[in-house]
Amino acid sequence: MESLLSIENLEVSFHTSQGVAQAVCGVSYDIGRGEVLGVVGESGSGKSVTALSVLRLVPYPGRISAGRINYEGRDLLKVPEKQMRKVRGDRISMIFQEPMISLNPAFTIENQLTEALHNHRKMSQKEARERAIEMLALVDIPDPAKRIKDYPHHLSGGMRQRVMIAEALLLDPDVLLADEPTTALDVTVQAQVLDLMHRLNERIGTAIMLITHNLGVVAESARRVVVMYCGRVVEQGPVKEIFEEARHPYTQGLLKSIPKPGGRGKLFEMEGIVPSLFELPQGCPFNPRCPQRRPECAQSAPPWREVQPGHHALCWLYA
Amino acid sequence: MSLKTILKVEDLTKYFVVGRSLFNSGEVVKAVDGVSFSLMQGETLSLVGESGCGKSTTGRLVLRLIPPTRGTVIYQGQDIAKLPADKMRKLRSDMQIIFQDPWSSLNPRMTVKEIIGEGLRRQPELSRAQRKKMVLEMMETVGLRPEHYDRHPHEFSGGQRQRLGVARALIMRPKLVVADEPLSALDVSVQAQVVNLLARLKRDLGLSYLFISHDLAIVEHISDRIAVMYLGKLMELASKRQLFAQPRHPYTQALFSAAPTTEVGREKNRIILSGDVPSPLNPPKGCRFHTRCPLAQEDCGQLEPEFKLLAPGHWVACHHPLND
Repeated sequence: MESLLSIENLEVSFHTSQGVAQAVCGVSYDIGRGEVLGVVGESGSGKSVTALSVLRLVPYPGRISAGRINYEGRDLLKVPEKQMRKVRGDRISMIFQEPMISLNPAFTIENQLTEALHNHRKMSQKEARERAIEMLALVDIPDPAKRIKDYPHHLSGGMRQRVMIAEALLLDPDVLLADEPTTALDVTVQAQVLDLMHRLNERIGTAIMLITHNLGVVAESARRVVVMYCGRVVEQGPVKEIFEEARHPYTQGLLKSIPKPGGRGKLFEMEGIVPSLFELPQGCPFNPRCPQRRPECAQSAPPWREVQPGHHALCWLYA
Repeated sequence: MSLKTILKVEDLTKYFVVGRSLFNSGEVVKAVDGVSFSLMQGETLSLVGESGCGKSTTGRLVLRLIPPTRGTVIYQGQDIAKLPADKMRKLRSDMQIIFQDPWSSLNPRMTVKEIIGEGLRRQPELSRAQRKKMVLEMMETVGLRPEHYDRHPHEFSGGQRQRLGVARALIMRPKLVVADEPLSALDVSVQAQVVNLLARLKRDLGLSYLFISHDLAIVEHISDRIAVMYLGKLMELASKRQLFAQPRHPYTQALFSAAPTTEVGREKNRIILSGDVPSPLNPPKGCRFHTRCPLAQEDCGQLEPEFKLLAPGHWVACHHPLND
């Protein structure tokens, strides 16, 4: 698959009074045109910060200290801010977990949807409204010509998330960064929203980076998966291989900790807890918790190796 | 499992009035509307449903943290609504709750010993040394180390805080624990640790759980029986095996089919419901689910279905149950 956006050796650090936290440490992965890529990891794994870095929206006191974001022959980390504004929301857009925070409560849906069309496409209000209504219909908002006059608080959680998706897709972007888009939603509504994202991906061809902690969501939606731990990509590969034959001990442990249908008895527990980003262990950051730890794991950083075609792991086991 | 009933809930109902002011009599939210079930000793009964279905309110009503509008809660043969305050206070140590959010449910200014030991101060016969011993024992039980004794909540991770919440509930030696989404704020690997902890403590201490959750994979793992709620009503109640093998209510079926699993590539007959859960301010007439039910027929919008027994131990509120 043709690579559309590639992240190369990204490093992001947060400079705080407690010291420097290396939130993202040498992350590289790419997303192909029209692809659905799943990015999974627990809290603090750096999955959201990586996505925010793509749009150069890392919040203070975070700083991108190294790396490249290649998109259309350019490094997005180097382009002037004015050009970057043309990329954001237009070529690459993002949706967040909590749609109530992302929508402005003081403006109608129409205001919020047409703003981008005015700014990026110089459309007239009439054209913009028509386009917005068309987009709301596409995301299954019933009676869109009427709902467009509503304020966010008139809408339910699922509807708000659909409005966010409509807003993100208004300008027909190449990539949609979806950060936990269904986490705040109920299961039946989550199923609707995932189904919608799928249909849009197939119809419009927008590539989707689906960032989530929910392994089930990834298993059912993505074709390829990136697994992150402590700011590093520890494994990457086709979804079926990752879920059936994970190679990295962290991925293996994560998958084993989820209750299985029909299962009983004791769940598998990973040893220990995720270390603080201020005091990461030497060598492989997973080594103190790893059941297959070797002497070299605590000494030097593990190598990134291809374990099967298109399937990589960051682990000394495959050196 | 012994068949002794520890808790019996009958026609439990809670209406909240919202928006009431001097000039406005307000509107009624029917948060819980006539729920009945019983919980056996040593059993885990899960209440599942989507947000706003009334599962957490049910948990709070059971503990009399809020008074019911109607209905009774009978705990070990006593109607807790009729108990005088002093008797109720004694009973409180028997019935404990674990909250969802380990951040907001712990007082940040209290230390671990104060958080866990607070309930023990109601027992004046205990000496300070005895209290300390009990707190330390409980900390060990839930997997906290003795050096944590004087620390504050902010020094702990989410999983450790949830252990603190568990310790605080269990030090009173309760018989009944209401666990209100105790895992949803935790990461996957930490969830497994807390699930195992809850299961071990249930076995060791003979606890009964009313487990409130929306996560079906975990519910399937830890429950004996499961009750499915929708808009303040029970839709279905059955043993775990019955419910997962053969759900009889269309809502249960849709809910189960919507839950994502980690099995890649398995064809699933996913039922995608249309629309959102209606507002409990003005729930639909007839069966509350009929506006979203893929199998709704004419009578569903008119007559509210009774909660009836379809098979031994299998209760369903539906005019046209599946596989009938």
